[in-house]
Amino acid sequence: MTVLKAESLSKNFRRGGLWGGGSALKAVDNVSIDLTEGETLAIVGESGSGKSTTARMVMRLIAADEGSIHLLGKDISHVRGKRLRMLRKHIQMVFQDPFASLNPRMKIVETVGEGLRVHQPKLSKAERRARVAQTLQQCGMDEEALDRYPHQFSGGQRQRIGIARALIVEPKILVLDEPVSALDVSVQAQILNLLKEIQTQQNLSYLFISHDLSVVQHIADRVLVMFAGRVVEQGTVTDVFESPKHPYTKMLLAARPIDYPHERTGKEEVAEVSEGIANTGCAFRLRCSHVQDDCAGFDGLDQSDDPEHGYHCLHPITD
Amino acid sequence: MRHTPAMLHVQDLSLTVPIKGKQVTAVDRISLTLEPGRVLGLVGESGCGKSITAQAMLRLGEYQGVLRSDGDILLDDQSLFSMPENELRKVRGGRVSMVFQEPMTALNPVFSIGSQITEVINLHLKMNKDDVQKRVIQLLQDVGMQDAESLLDQYPDTLSGGMRQRVLIAMAMAANPEYIIADEPTTALDVSVQKRIIQLLRSLQQQKNLSMLLVTHDFGLVAELADDVAVMYAGQVVESGTVEQIFDRPTHPYTRALMGCRPEVNEPGAALPVITGQVPSPGNWPTGCHFAERCPLADMMCQESVSLDAWAEKGHQARCVHVDVASPETSVSEIAV
Repeated sequence: MTVLKAESLSKNFRRGGLWGGGSALKAVDNVSIDLTEGETLAIVGESGSGKSTTARMVMRLIAADEGSIHLLGKDISHVRGKRLRMLRKHIQMVFQDPFASLNPRMKIVETVGEGLRVHQPKLSKAERRARVAQTLQQCGMDEEALDRYPHQFSGGQRQRIGIARALIVEPKILVLDEPVSALDVSVQAQILNLLKEIQTQQNLSYLFISHDLSVVQHIADRVLVMFAGRVVEQGTVTDVFESPKHPYTKMLLAARPIDYPHERTGKEEVAEVSEGIANTGCAFRLRCSHVQDDCAGFDGLDQSDDPEHGYHCLHPITD
Repeated sequence: MRHTPAMLHVQDLSLTVPIKGKQVTAVDRISLTLEPGRVLGLVGESGCGKSITAQAMLRLGEYQGVLRSDGDILLDDQSLFSMPENELRKVRGGRVSMVFQEPMTALNPVFSIGSQITEVINLHLKMNKDDVQKRVIQLLQDVGMQDAESLLDQYPDTLSGGMRQRVLIAMAMAANPEYIIADEPTTALDVSVQKRIIQLLRSLQQQKNLSMLLVTHDFGLVAELADDVAVMYAGQVVESGTVEQIFDRPTHPYTRALMGCRPEVNEPGAALPVITGQVPSPGNWPTGCHFAERCPLADMMCQESVSLDAWAEKGHQARCVHVDVASPETSVSEIAV
């Protein structure tokens, strides 16, 4: 069952020009997302690829310029005010920085219980406290945490609190924006395990935003690769990681750090700067090893016959 | 301690810092040696003391807040701790230079790229104006910047993160250093840019036979660049050896658990082995082994303090009295329960 469907989302930001004017930056260009119940869809890309903007549009935290969003079958593209707040019961967000996303002056019981005030206003204070304690426990935190403040916790514990805050309203979907990027490796492992556990227990769907390919390979079922605001490839994690079709995906995978020192390739040449993004045609063509003349006129559409594995490239990698 | 000259030594370094009004040990008797032409990876999680150790080597940054330091930093038997500030200034950026994590803040936004590199050269080398200009261009070309000449008059805000990091590396190379201290040099960068900076650091290090201290939390970066490794946990080095020794036979239970919980070395989707509990903060370290309260092998013996060479084999050392139990036959997942 599809729980979230976003079609042809686009977002322009204006850059430069104090009094208007300036040029428009296409932060997100024609991105579509399909998320089914119980699955994890990852969006990967480097900074500026539009992955976080996409997540924020899906959450309706920022308005899309174009496109539509369906949540549990209902069109929520234009819902506003109280109705929008009520819809947030179904879709909640977990942020990257557990230090910045918790109010330092609110006790944990208040921060985590806030959602209940909106979505279950009839609960008594004691009932709310009990629900918070229960949700924190699911996330591996003791009852002792209830009356403390965020600064009394480590990064990993704060992220557990952030997850509890999202879970307490019993959503169907979590949008996780780089949820483990700010954490140490050993803490990251704990949080990834926690996310897996909760997903299995509650049949949650995750939209998982990350730049870390190893984390994505570990946690996601399907993946969508973005470059310069557009989707360049999408498919199951196995398909995309094992037989990437888009040269950008291939380059990203090749850029992963090695796991063991014996994988070193020997003497290195100084790689020159290559960061160009083309304004017309395929955005990646300036640094693409497969580039040909027709890439300058490419319309960015999916060129694949396989609905399960899409690639937006005229000259894909064939193995 | 006997050693050959032309080396940079951290000798029994302890640092005491103020935390919430108390004097607390943040670094506990660390010894490191940077050998000519080799890269030493100093790896550990946040709060283990790796960064402050690196900064102490040149009396920089966080080190300014240190209340007391014991031990010494020796450059060819000369103490950097007792060196007067004006002499140390010649060492900094001269024989020993640095590359830091944040290329956004490490460059001065109001000076052009050219003038910032020129300043380093003028401070450390005697060269005439034309030669300096040529050297600046050469340095920028060495770090892979095409069109170096047009960069000279540009300001840092016109460059991307990866290009700024290249400029910082060019600055670090400007006075022909023998030693480079690189603190998380790729952490703030995108994956594809990271790989290029790694390649750049490795090629410069090999060409100039540099000695490098690579401070990082990232085992991937260590695998890419280091020759030797020191693993830190809660203010101490808990294991040291060559990069092959550490990756082929991680021996301290902490190293084993830390390497084993990386998603990339586990089956996709499988539960990751985890280390229970959390790192004790400075001031709350146990009296014996600092890792004991999280270690599945801990017993009475671990309540006594443990020396780094409690287990040693061919230069590979581990601060653990139970290495016999943590033999390679014991899988990492058994260790990290």
